[in-house]
Amino acid sequence: MTALVALPILLPLFGAAVSVGVGRWRNLQRLVGLSVLGAVAVLTAVLLARVDDAGVAVVQVGGWDAPVGITLVADRFAVLLLLVSVLTMLAVLVYAIGEPGAEQAHVGFHPLYLILAAGVSASFLTGDLFNLFVAFEVMLMASYALITLGGRPAQVRSGMTYVAISLIASTLFLLALAFVYAATGTVNFADLHGKLADLPPGVRSALAVLLLVVFGIKSAVFPLFFWLPDSYPTAAAPVTAVFAGLLTKIGVYAMIRTQTLLFPPDTWPGDLLLVVAGLTMVIGVLGAVAQNDIRRLLSFHIVSQIGYMVMGLALFTVAGLAAATVFIVHQIVVKTTLFLIAGLIERRTGTGQLGQLSGLARTEPFLAVLFLVAALSLAGIPPLSGFVGKLALVDAGLDARSYAIVAVSLAVGLLTLFSMTKIWSNAFWGAPADHGDRSTDIHAGGRRLMVGSTAALAAFSVAIALWAGPLYGLSERAAGDLIDPTAYVEAVLGP
Amino acid sequence: MTTLLVFAAGVLCACGAYLMLGRQLSRVIIGIGLLGHGVNLLLVLSGGDGGRPAFGGDASPDELDGFADPLPQAFVLTAIVITFGVVAFLLSLAYRSWRLTADDAVEDDLEDRRIARSAGSGGDQ
Repeated sequence: MTALVALPILLPLFGAAVSVGVGRWRNLQRLVGLSVLGAVAVLTAVLLARVDDAGVAVVQVGGWDAPVGITLVADRFAVLLLLVSVLTMLAVLVYAIGEPGAEQAHVGFHPLYLILAAGVSASFLTGDLFNLFVAFEVMLMASYALITLGGRPAQVRSGMTYVAISLIASTLFLLALAFVYAATGTVNFADLHGKLADLPPGVRSALAVLLLVVFGIKSAVFPLFFWLPDSYPTAAAPVTAVFAGLLTKIGVYAMIRTQTLLFPPDTWPGDLLLVVAGLTMVIGVLGAVAQNDIRRLLSFHIVSQIGYMVMGLALFTVAGLAAATVFIVHQIVVKTTLFLIAGLIERRTGTGQLGQLSGLARTEPFLAVLFLVAALSLAGIPPLSGFVGKLALVDAGLDARSYAIVAVSLAVGLLTLFSMTKIWSNAFWGAPADHGDRSTDIHAGGRRLMVGSTAALAAFSVAIALWAGPLYGLSERAAGDLIDPTAYVEAVLGP
Repeated sequence: MTTLLVFAAGVLCACGAYLMLGRQLSRVIIGIGLLGHGVNLLLVLSGGDGGRPAFGGDASPDELDGFADPLPQAFVLTAIVITFGVVAFLLSLAYRSWRLTADDAVEDDLEDRRIARSAGSGGDQ
């Protein structure tokens, strides 16, 4: 059990070191990357089964006991999201290997990708606030290098914004840490759960809002989202896809974790979060409708969909958090799929401008089917995975009598469908445009890898819809643990 | 002493914020550095009043009550290393940007420029 909790972090780090060592042989690097991520996926699946069965698993690194040492905690919520993230990263790695671009041109791609994976695992599994900061930094450091890999002028310009904004968010995080430590003398989540409750309500609210701002920047909620649509679209297609799928969702994960576990119910900022959630949905989708570039359009959708997750948190009920969990799982998969499809379109035609695209349904029918599945899922059309997530959210909203946010979320769903129709009617319908086939530099095997991995992710999103019952059951148990963290605290600190 | 350090942290953060609002990349980076130092100073202060000894020697754990809290210092060391790495990366990006454009200024946002242009052509100037 100890190994199971620690290995998802250690294996990718070790793999990254090996990957640097074999940098001269690209095929060996590929073997290392795929086998490490594959092994982590299997381990996480086993861990999820164990944790769901036997409750929270805790590892005290180095044998130092809880409030002092480094604690790794695996509960249902963290491990479920970790499993989906790792599977998505594995699919994107297969895509990257097929695509002639970042992966082939740079020795650093594989090591950076594995370090990113280690950062993602550590963010999910860490049991204290300071190591959450360190895990974020590990993940961000890899992402800085990945987003500017290639060093084109547009990448440098937007990379600058991305690094500066992330650094300011990290500095604020450090500030919040200093305040939390000065107020309580501990940074361990479980220990803070007890000690923060003893503080005066004013101090508690200030700390809660400061942490909200930090994770709000990371997860791009309104009004802190402006950096995202500028920086994400410039990176290589697989890099954008994995960022879009994972990084903002880890911000949401940290938001949910800290708000529910650290702060007692009377400081939960429910109303504030409901307003933020509604505005994030609306502003994000309006930004998306106005765009003419596929990747920029999809980037604004990332923002819009974050609003739904925050809505689930803002309700602060078991149903709301369970719905948010299902929604995050669905989003990680579907968003990544859509960005990979955008990458395939650009690879095929040489452009992502909607005005220059036409008739892809005729020339690339399979791509059209994949896009249709992912786009309708994003818009929440039954019976796809987005419908399951939105239905659960709407249901939870109605239960909590938050009718305004339910109305907003449904209206935003319509606008989402509209913007997806915009891509569909511009890029896929009409007479085939004369842009020729620019993908001739890819050998057939590479092409099969790219389309195959995208199709696998699309199939994964359909599978989420098919097995929605068990997934919702698991999410509901995870949400129950979040609302009542007694089991978590006892597992870390002892009864 | 602690009060003085709190003010010092405040001044560092204020200078950092001011520099970051500038248009030159080099200023932005120095600003980020200053902000980082301000916050690191605050993190050291979160361990309590200064002036206490850092090492206990052969003292038993019971006698260690009067000693400095080592945890914030470990935090700060980690934070300094991380900030150092990221600032180094930012500097190399800024250098790359200077090589590409021979200019140190932060460019306008593309979207802003497009909106400004369409507003300019649509309205009466």
